[in-house]
Amino acid sequence: MTIRHHLSDPLLMAYAAGQLPEAFSLVVATHLSMCDDCRAQAATFDAVGGALIDRAEPAVMDAGSLDAVLARLDTPASPPVRPPVRPRVRAAGLLPTPLADYVGGDLDRVKWRSIGMGVKQAILPTDRAASARLLYIPAGRAVPDHGHRGLELTLVLQGAFSDSSDRFGRGDVEIADQDMQHTPVAETGMDCICLAATDAPLRFTDMLPRLVQPLFRI
Amino acid sequence: MMFDATDSTYPDADVLPQQYAVATLARLRRNKGFRLASDQMNTDWAALMIRVRDQQDKAAFAALFRHFAPRVKSFLMRSGTGAALAEECAQDVMATLWQKAHLFDESRASVATWVFTIARNRRIDAARKARRAEPEDLDWGPAPAPDQAEVMEARQDTDRLSRAMADLPEKQRALIERAYFGDLSHSEIAAETGLPLGTIKSRIRLALDRLRHAMT
Repeated sequence: MTIRHHLSDPLLMAYAAGQLPEAFSLVVATHLSMCDDCRAQAATFDAVGGALIDRAEPAVMDAGSLDAVLARLDTPASPPVRPPVRPRVRAAGLLPTPLADYVGGDLDRVKWRSIGMGVKQAILPTDRAASARLLYIPAGRAVPDHGHRGLELTLVLQGAFSDSSDRFGRGDVEIADQDMQHTPVAETGMDCICLAATDAPLRFTDMLPRLVQPLFRI
Repeated sequence: MMFDATDSTYPDADVLPQQYAVATLARLRRNKGFRLASDQMNTDWAALMIRVRDQQDKAAFAALFRHFAPRVKSFLMRSGTGAALAEECAQDVMATLWQKAHLFDESRASVATWVFTIARNRRIDAARKARRAEPEDLDWGPAPAPDQAEVMEARQDTDRLSRAMADLPEKQRALIERAYFGDLSHSEIAAETGLPLGTIKSRIRLALDRLRHAMT
């Protein structure tokens, strides 16, 4: 798998800083599980956070703070924990672990809802600052032409799609902002499955999708 | 006090006065405002962390607490957390450091970086009741002893990054700090940090490559 479209530095930095809405964090964590380049870059931004902690002007701790924590170390609830027997590594399925955690299993556990033209979606539970959903686009089919009011991240999990800007295959992530108006088309040969997150409702240009938009929360 | 595993002065488990000297120095510093300019760079936090990990050494933990807890609290307060909650979170972060000590691997991250990631996740828990999705764990297999060359490189990375941070123009440093304290939206964060991140990234990337290679 060769990933050609990566996460941007501002996104990786915001993820390391813990400043992304949950839905975007999910896309980032899923991409990092597939892309060593971005994983390494994210780790460097963690190191920047470490340097900031190291340089922080110390605050005054409450009196007895250290003693309180030392006392906690002796309670039976917090002995040094042994490594977990089973690490969070990917099972044989298609979905990387962070995504499988939200779905509650692999693809067969996704509760798809049809949104017309053979396109299906499943909204994932995240906080309301942004929304995340899985999209299922039959091979050769288009997602209705739409623009964006905010930021939209689309990560390909299976198959591929193309739009006016480029081609996106498994592991690729498309970063779309409000300047972008696009019609993603799934490639023929294999149905396309994507994870998409946005911090604003999509703006469909056709009348009909706009009417049904509130119903489907896209 | 730069300890090195290959150095004969490396304090082993039997040299108790060494540990207490560290703790005493930290206490002196705290109580009397006594502070050496070079302390921060030269104290070997990783060596203390390894004592916590391998020997459940409370004196080593206390020294780590005295350095990191006030900084975590300050970091959280700069991020908009109230003093009382910041204190509670800082205590939780340090308790987590003890509980998860078995996960510490100095070839992968410095103690400061590790403390930062724990503090970040604790802040998200406290503030949003939301979770932060984490990438899946790589299957590291049975943990080999960290390669000493890698450990040294990781330490040099950390020092280099700290120095670079100190040398940044004030305006640029403020921008990076604001990004981490949550004062900037993700679209406002400047991609160009001016920090020598490439060297760190390529070291981590190499480690991942070796790992993937070992797995196939």
